[in-house]
Amino acid sequence: MGKVLLEMRQIDKVFPGVRALSKVDFTLREGEIHSLMGENGAGKSTLVKVLTGVYPRDGGTVTMEGKEIFPRTPKEAQECGISTVYQEVNLCANLTVAENIFIGREPRKYGFIDWKTINHRAAELLHTLNVDIDVTKTLDHYSVAIQQMIAIARSIDVSAKILILDEPTSSLDEEETQRLFKIVRKLKDQGMGIIFISHFLEQIYDLCDRITILRNGELVGAYDVATLPKLDLIAKMVGKDVSAVRDMEVAAEKSQPSDEVFLSAEHIGATGQIFDVDLKIHKGEVLGFAGLLGSGRTETAELLFGVHPISQGEIKINGKKLDLKDPMTAMEQKIAFCPEDRKVAGIIGDLSVRENIILAMQAKDGILKHIPYKEQVKIADDCIKLLSIKVSSREQLIKNLSGGNQQKVIIARWLATQPELLILDEPTRGIDVGTKTEIQKMAVALAKKRGMSVIFISSEMDEMVRTCTKLIVMRDRRKVAELENDEISSENVMKAIAGGAA
Amino acid sequence: MGKLKEFTSSSLFLPVVALAVLLVFNAIFVDGFLTIQMTEDGRLYGRLIDILTRSSSLVILALGMTFVIATSGIDISVGAVVAISAAVVCNLIGGRGDGVAETPMALAMLAAVGVGILCGVWNGFLVSKLKIQAVVATLILMTAGRGIAQLMTEGQIITVYYKPFAYIGGTIPGNILPTNIFIAAAMVLLVVFIMKKTSIGLFVQSVGINPTASRFAGINVTMVIFLVYAFSGFCAGVSGLIESSLIRAADANNAGLNMEMDAILAVALGGTLLSGGKFYVGGSVIGAITIQTLTTTMYALGVSADQLPVVKAIAVVIICLIQSKKAQEMFDKWKAKRAGDQGLEKAVEKA
Repeated sequence: MGKVLLEMRQIDKVFPGVRALSKVDFTLREGEIHSLMGENGAGKSTLVKVLTGVYPRDGGTVTMEGKEIFPRTPKEAQECGISTVYQEVNLCANLTVAENIFIGREPRKYGFIDWKTINHRAAELLHTLNVDIDVTKTLDHYSVAIQQMIAIARSIDVSAKILILDEPTSSLDEEETQRLFKIVRKLKDQGMGIIFISHFLEQIYDLCDRITILRNGELVGAYDVATLPKLDLIAKMVGKDVSAVRDMEVAAEKSQPSDEVFLSAEHIGATGQIFDVDLKIHKGEVLGFAGLLGSGRTETAELLFGVHPISQGEIKINGKKLDLKDPMTAMEQKIAFCPEDRKVAGIIGDLSVRENIILAMQAKDGILKHIPYKEQVKIADDCIKLLSIKVSSREQLIKNLSGGNQQKVIIARWLATQPELLILDEPTRGIDVGTKTEIQKMAVALAKKRGMSVIFISSEMDEMVRTCTKLIVMRDRRKVAELENDEISSENVMKAIAGGAA
Repeated sequence: MGKLKEFTSSSLFLPVVALAVLLVFNAIFVDGFLTIQMTEDGRLYGRLIDILTRSSSLVILALGMTFVIATSGIDISVGAVVAISAAVVCNLIGGRGDGVAETPMALAMLAAVGVGILCGVWNGFLVSKLKIQAVVATLILMTAGRGIAQLMTEGQIITVYYKPFAYIGGTIPGNILPTNIFIAAAMVLLVVFIMKKTSIGLFVQSVGINPTASRFAGINVTMVIFLVYAFSGFCAGVSGLIESSLIRAADANNAGLNMEMDAILAVALGGTLLSGGKFYVGGSVIGAITIQTLTTTMYALGVSADQLPVVKAIAVVIICLIQSKKAQEMFDKWKAKRAGDQGLEKAVEKA
């Protein structure tokens, strides 16, 4: 075992109203690939952000090679030797590869930037990672996978001792992933400490040496990968015993879809975004879109809501061919869409809960048909009761609610429009476990009791397995499989994503 | 007590206090400030009436500007549009020495307001459809507008001798107050009515706070943005009528000069943040009157027109400081520290 590189002890982090981290310990050794695991909202990213200086810590100590450090900005963390490669590559697409690697710290000669050295050293650096490309070409010449490796090259060159990889494989295919792993292993052999965050269990078992598990901001424990079976890992992540996890796989009372088709999409696509997706959604059906981040799940949903126009194929609603040119057209067809990014595309932060709830309804009614205040109050109060939204009053600003309650308000906004198809894109991301379950149950109940069609998109496999009656699996912006009834299981989805048949 | 607290924390509190302070200051230092007298022909006059008259066109501009700013845009062309509107109305009525109108005045007024709306439509098209940044888009008309007005007046100052034209900015015989006060009041009422009866207010705020989410909620963001600029153009057109009537002439170079800045200032004074979102029509109206009161006060105190901008600048700095969260925090810290120091001193004294 290598010597201890980084030690985080009793880390606390409090956000207004939430205890994001509570007395968390984390140890990273030289030459170790260490995975941080936990459900969404368990505190993984908070812990990483404390380490990289994005957030100041509220308690505890961080020592690196025996010396206590207090990084206040990502730059300071980098100076301490901690580099991060994020899931979205944060390089400049219009600069050359070499420029990207050396931006901000260009070698100089007589006061001028020494291009020769830059290009030479960049090529050399990438060569050590087995990436032999023309470094004088701009970044956008290369695939996301290569870009990621360039980002890694950049972090290595700033003499990092610790490399944090945050969901690096979410947009890579199998081969690219293997190539990345080769590089990561090479860095490990050079004695670097690597923190690897991913929600692909397979990859973690393939690559990592140790796993630290967090749950609800608390440390569950740190384990050697070799001694921790997958089922135990999941049980520890969700805080139940192994038999309960097995039970969770068994579908609860799902909805029984009717034979009537509400919407059918034939060979739809949008240039550069989606290639060829076929789907049918029946009344009373909960249809899941499974696949990795960036596989085209959200984009497909957006096509169905008219966010982007389709460039091929056709969409039929109740058997009639339609041109969904904007969200309003889709809304008129009784389609509702709760977007993935709540903060950016969902809430209107400075408006009250009431205003947020009636917004879509009012948009549908138009500017002139103002919903009287009294009616607004009634609708808002009904929704608050129906979804048990926790608010101090209906006039509370939505930005002051917790994530789960914000999500409920957005769902309420759409339920108020009486939709026949409700699209929920990552409705449970970043909210507490209790509310997650509530939302899943609600999706099933809407389909069962009201005969509504629901499209459910989630990165959490077990959620999909529990709620959906049919799953569409996507990869690389294409539909690769359709799973029904008994075929629906995490394993089958994984297989479909991996591309291997049975 | 509860009512008082409600008021102090309401958005109107600061603008009202600012206006009240100015009025009290005037009442003490300016002779006869509060006196309102009646002329022999039955008109009211006095400094307070003066302030209301003079602020009417600014109030109207501020109304339009409020909505634009609420969508996190800005319209710096309104001053130039005032000049265009003035040029249109004066040009149509004509500068005939015998006091005969070449076009019926109502028609001329309608045309001027129409041209104002057209200007607004142009701005709205640039900002909402072509997605040009608001400052840049409206800068086009700000610089070109006066040139257009010059073209219409052929570089001359057209003086209108047609008598009724003066009634817009003056008093119609038999009325006790100048007409422009009524026009401004009517515009305010119109806006209040629109706000009550339509949902444009909700949409404007929603777009100003989060355009992406608004789009996902089905709001036609492009349309909302387009409408606010068109409305701002409409307001500028109406203001142009008043401004030209006040001097009974179209002066392409000076009509509405720098009024866009005053309108923006009025909106800011009224508590609407320039970053958009929540807006306060009442605050903007009071803000516009406050600015005019400030101007009138300075003139009454003998400050020359050339030095006036300095005073306004000081007012702006104060307003910005009051509205700034950071400044508020610093002030609180300073107060806490002082309280602490004093406590310490007392403790030392006691010892």
